[in-house]
Amino acid sequence: MIPLTAPFTEDKIRALKVGDAVAISGIVFTGRDAVHKYLHEGGELPAGVDLTNGIIYHCGPVVLKDASGAWKVTAAGPTTSIREEPYQGQIIRDFKLRGVIGKGGMGDRTLRACQEHGCVYLHAIGGAAQVLAECVVQVRNVYLLEKFGSPEAIWELEVRDFPVVVTMDSHGRSLHQEVFAQSQAELARRVA
Amino acid sequence: MNVLLDSLVEIIRRTSAEIPDDVQRSILASLEREKAGSIAESAMKIIEQNIQLAKQKSQPICQDTGSILFYVDAPVGFDQIHFEETARLAVTEATKRGYLRQNSVDSINGANDGTNVGPGSPSMHFHQHRSDHIEVRLVLKGGGCENVGAQYSLPNEKLKANRDLEGCRKVILDAVLQAQGKGCGPGVLGVCIGGDRATGFEFSKRQLLRLLEDRNPIHELDTLEQDILQTANELGIGPMGFGGKTTLLGVKIGALNRVPASFFVSVSYMCWAFRRQGAQLTHDGSLLNWLY
Repeated sequence: MIPLTAPFTEDKIRALKVGDAVAISGIVFTGRDAVHKYLHEGGELPAGVDLTNGIIYHCGPVVLKDASGAWKVTAAGPTTSIREEPYQGQIIRDFKLRGVIGKGGMGDRTLRACQEHGCVYLHAIGGAAQVLAECVVQVRNVYLLEKFGSPEAIWELEVRDFPVVVTMDSHGRSLHQEVFAQSQAELARRVA
Repeated sequence: MNVLLDSLVEIIRRTSAEIPDDVQRSILASLEREKAGSIAESAMKIIEQNIQLAKQKSQPICQDTGSILFYVDAPVGFDQIHFEETARLAVTEATKRGYLRQNSVDSINGANDGTNVGPGSPSMHFHQHRSDHIEVRLVLKGGGCENVGAQYSLPNEKLKANRDLEGCRKVILDAVLQAQGKGCGPGVLGVCIGGDRATGFEFSKRQLLRLLEDRNPIHELDTLEQDILQTANELGIGPMGFGGKTTLLGVKIGALNRVPASFFVSVSYMCWAFRRQGAQLTHDGSLLNWLY
């Protein structure tokens, strides 16, 4: 596994290639459907959220308050990223994102934004909510909780050795495009 | 003290945290098949690790605890209204305890009241039978896999799919191709051939109550199930769509009659985090034995 630790500089991101297994340590912000639509429509980032050189995680975690009143993430796998395709490229550009964690991959516009602005798509294992929750060391804060509800809020998470695979890099390669093309050709050979 | 409430909370807990044995066996077999050192193998290892961890910690296998689908088989005279009211309380309680995520959203204004109870949630399917037993099955179906479900109307010119079993085969395999890894593969297909648009999807989901190892008693459907499973696993989509040997863990197909004008094929995709459990209950609502 290649360690990727904060600060997430453009050099570190450009060094990553499709197929690399990466372990992330540092701060990530969750953001999914409601947050992407909100930012796309010109909504302001809440004070305290800085996405510059940051990583956004497509995730709606299960978060409970423990006996002391502190937030504790009890399940935190990725959600399907392709729903953010209409917004992601613009958000990478405008907020200077360096990484997007999700699952299932994204489309051409996001791939182009990764190439142009030095960003990378990091695929977490869908459904692996417990393994990934174990990598969340601390919930640092939560934003827009009232407005969007718990799964759709922005959770500021400190993670350690969070396992992902680079499936779209900053050099124009997408594993998702490649697997789709290969599987489409295989299928064509198997239907009359 | 409400015995039925306790039983239903336990069924929800177990469904959310513990993968059924048949699915676990299938996942272990697919882990063995993947190439050593590949990203497909490492994905399957994380999946296997996650299954153990969720069970040990009694926490959700996946944070998307999904649509809550109850299937209840009960004898004549069974009080459905009481059952449904208790199921709603059980869902609220299970959400408080973190077995379920606050997952039910008002479609008009986007509000989430955090209870998981509202119009259509939980979804109840009652069936009366002659037996004395009460059987409750629960499926928690995540949104990622639900989104890659598909319904085809035959003939489909683009896919050269006619109104026959070969046409069904083509559209089902197209659904697998289109889904790629987006439904958290390796997945399981529940398919309905026939019915109308509503009953087709409903019956396709009901196929997911079958054990993965069972064989379809209808010869033509059994052949189609085996063929699609094998063909899909030759496509190289693999776990999470990373490329690899296991694209599907199982295929379950049922058929309903159709009207002459319609020929629907409805495909429901279930992720590897196949949360399905069930139990037989006594008349006072206590747990008698588990069904999976």
